[in-house]
Amino acid sequence: MKELLFVAIIVMVFIVIFQIAKASEYVSVLKGEEKTRKQNNKINGFLFIAFLIVGLFGAWYCNHLYYGKTLFPQGSASVEGEKIDLMLYITIAVTGVVFVITQVLLFWFAFKYQESDNKKAYYFPHDNKLELLWTTVPAIFLTILVVFGLKYWFKMTGDAPKDAVLVEITGHQFAWDMRYPGKDGKLGKKNYKLYNNPSGNTLGVDFEDPESWDDLHTTEMHLPLGKPVKLVINAMDVIHDVGLSHFRMKMDAVPGIPTTLWFTPKYTTEEMKKRTGNPNFVYEISCDQMCGKGHFSMRGVIVVESEADYNKWLASQKPEYYTLFPDKDPSKKEAVATDTTTASKPMAQLTTNP
Amino acid sequence: MSTVALHETAHHEAHGEAHHEHHHQETFITKYIFSQDHKMIAKQFLITGIIWAFIGGLFSVIFRLQLADPNATYPFLEDFLGHWAKGGKLQPEFYYALVTMHGTILVFFVLTAGLSGTFANFLIPLQIGARDMASPLLNMLSYWFFFLASVIMMSSLFVQTGPASGGWTIYPPLSALGEASSGSKIGMDLWLVSMAMFIVSSLLGGLNYITTILNMRTKGMSMTRMPLTIWALFFTAVLGVLSFPVLLSGAILLLFDRNLGTSFYLSDIVVAGKIMPNEGGSAILFQHLFWFLGHPEVYIILLPAMGMSSEILSVNSRKPIFGYMAMVGSLFAITILAFLVWAHHMFVTGLNPFLGSVFVLLTLLIAVPSAIKVFNWLTTLWKGNIRFTPAMMFAIGFVSLFISGGLTGIFLGNSALDIHLHDTYFVIAHFHIVMGVASFFGMYAGVYHWFPKMFGRHLNNTLSYVHFWITIVGAYLIFWPMHYEGLAGMPRRYYDFSNWESFKNFGGLNQFISIIALLVFAAQLLFVINFFYSIFKGRKLTTLNPWNANTLEWTTPIRPGHGNWPGDIPEVHRWPYDYAKDGKDFIPQDVPVGDDESKH
Repeated sequence: MKELLFVAIIVMVFIVIFQIAKASEYVSVLKGEEKTRKQNNKINGFLFIAFLIVGLFGAWYCNHLYYGKTLFPQGSASVEGEKIDLMLYITIAVTGVVFVITQVLLFWFAFKYQESDNKKAYYFPHDNKLELLWTTVPAIFLTILVVFGLKYWFKMTGDAPKDAVLVEITGHQFAWDMRYPGKDGKLGKKNYKLYNNPSGNTLGVDFEDPESWDDLHTTEMHLPLGKPVKLVINAMDVIHDVGLSHFRMKMDAVPGIPTTLWFTPKYTTEEMKKRTGNPNFVYEISCDQMCGKGHFSMRGVIVVESEADYNKWLASQKPEYYTLFPDKDPSKKEAVATDTTTASKPMAQLTTNP
Repeated sequence: MSTVALHETAHHEAHGEAHHEHHHQETFITKYIFSQDHKMIAKQFLITGIIWAFIGGLFSVIFRLQLADPNATYPFLEDFLGHWAKGGKLQPEFYYALVTMHGTILVFFVLTAGLSGTFANFLIPLQIGARDMASPLLNMLSYWFFFLASVIMMSSLFVQTGPASGGWTIYPPLSALGEASSGSKIGMDLWLVSMAMFIVSSLLGGLNYITTILNMRTKGMSMTRMPLTIWALFFTAVLGVLSFPVLLSGAILLLFDRNLGTSFYLSDIVVAGKIMPNEGGSAILFQHLFWFLGHPEVYIILLPAMGMSSEILSVNSRKPIFGYMAMVGSLFAITILAFLVWAHHMFVTGLNPFLGSVFVLLTLLIAVPSAIKVFNWLTTLWKGNIRFTPAMMFAIGFVSLFISGGLTGIFLGNSALDIHLHDTYFVIAHFHIVMGVASFFGMYAGVYHWFPKMFGRHLNNTLSYVHFWITIVGAYLIFWPMHYEGLAGMPRRYYDFSNWESFKNFGGLNQFISIIALLVFAAQLLFVINFFYSIFKGRKLTTLNPWNANTLEWTTPIRPGHGNWPGDIPEVHRWPYDYAKDGKDFIPQDVPVGDDESKH
């Protein structure tokens, strides 16, 4: 019933507008079409200049309302991201000036040169000097932007520093998994064919490779403050994207083609809570590449903490190898030996596909 | 030689028709359905495009309901959509299907077929002085392949597993594996088959447009005397003919991967707990193939709008277009560059950074011809005597939107900044303004300007002005604030932001945008009503040339028959922009050059 009423109101509004429009057409015929046309011209010329003024004010007001909600007032949370912020400010300045000049000219000309009887249009088909001017000036500004942009681009996409903390992140529908290399600093080999969900080997780690034995498998990412971090990015099923908006970083996760990115966290999570004034602040990993029905819920969390806290956290994690093969865990050996039902699954069963 | 012969026959046939105009042998079917008259085919494209635009626009309104308030329920949605809106709440699968179909419909079916199909068909023969297209038969087939594509795409909306839902860019593996998404089941096959038909349609049309422009211009219509609309439509057709086949091959390979067990795009995949046997393919290969069309596609959509706006700005400023040769040159530059920038959509795919830098350079280079066009349009207005016809209003709106959306392209084309902005609402704002709304404005400008030529009647002016003002204000209100959401890192294609600490701050803004979107959609219905009402009941045209324009289409009768000119095709003696020259308001192209006339 309510919906019917709603539809009826909409139809009524349309009929009213339509009837007014039709009536105005008859009026214009009575008044003389030429006269009505000139009247319309005046009204629309005025509306254009009004639109310009209200529009520029609106753009300012929108900035006033929403700039504070963007990530820029709180600053980049990574050292490298500061370059992106600087780049953004330079680009806003350049394009902002062009935007205001061109929009003002457009609507001002429309208003100023609207039709009038005692005026003739000026025959002005071309002027090579003018055209050369507005070919070269944009070209110069763009060169500046390209030079700055590429300088930062090469810096950010270049190799990570040698001492970078290595973390592997793998996307799958619809969550993130991390892997830390453990004490040897090397991640064990992986092969997607070794994937075996019932056994828990959800990343397809090759546990025949001794380098995998001390690797940690977590669902939360912890990072030490002030040290460069190198992420190795994988995907199990479809393309995902590691979006780290606070750090101004982003990279696709493509099945079969590992990618990397690196950055240096500048503030701990606790510091960010103070900087943003938001006690619930967390660094979030968003999936930025459409990956299926749960795309919008593919959320990961990063905790940035002091190096001491980070090391404490690392020490508290148990290597995945020991979780999956409790009989290999030196600390649990005695306890496991008595429990014969769950222990000592043959390795082959765990690592080959069913 | 053969062209001359063709020209002659067409001429005689049309002549014959003109003499028997009141009793010639056209049945309803050959006149309105399987018509080979370019003007009727243009109207078929336009009306099919309007129907698609309505559907595509409606989809955006439905998914904006979800974004406005992710917790709200709308029981009436369940009545229409059944299990896709269980309990009156859109299901995520269907939300993504709507997003995907909105993009597909608007990009391909409305702004490619509806825009180029309409105006290339309608304007090319009329403005270059030809009786019809080079091949009226292929032209008819072009429409009917488009119709077939439309039927298949429409049918995909009704299959049980739903239409394609992996985004209009259909990146595999998501689009290749039915296990990954229900929209990647039969709906995706229908999408691909429909697109294949669509591409055939676009190629038949494009080849015809190019051939017609190159071979069938009337006497005196040298290339440099062509109106800018024709130049723009020419470059559009070249872009389409060279890039659409690449998407066709990409789509066929994807069909193979889906149905025949090949691995062009697939490797190392475990999906839904199943280890896939595919090895050796590359998911990124598809993106290269897709964007090799996908980027030129942006210009396929934009160039006709540029051409028509140039023409309309000049006519209604009562002044020649400023810098005609620079306008043609910049169209040409954009056409060439359009093929060399596709990887700027792929800066964050793990692309080689050096390769990325080349694409940055080429991408930002496009800003130069774009700047030339903008400043030339501004100079065209300068010292004019401007008449604000509805078409002129939309052409001015087009320039404003092109500036606003074009400038944000400088942000996104710079790879360092793109790292932060890629796949956020900033991108949505950018391309909706510059390619979506701006092209729509160009299309509206075209419809308002050439409606009298199409149907011999006027549209209602008051409705047209109301339509313009609601649309331009609404478009800015919808898309301008989205830049801020993008700067906050809000990702595209999210069904619900409320669980995100970083993105949930924009709830109020999303609600506002949805309300405006609903109003703007309703305002478009004003246009639809105006359009269909005026076809039958609009004020009849009383003069041949209602806008006092120079181009040849206004020398035809008010309702031109098949063949366009009842007598000889007029000869052309001058360029189309002799406005305000030597104290005369306008001098049509078919007026011979006087002895005392000044040279431009």
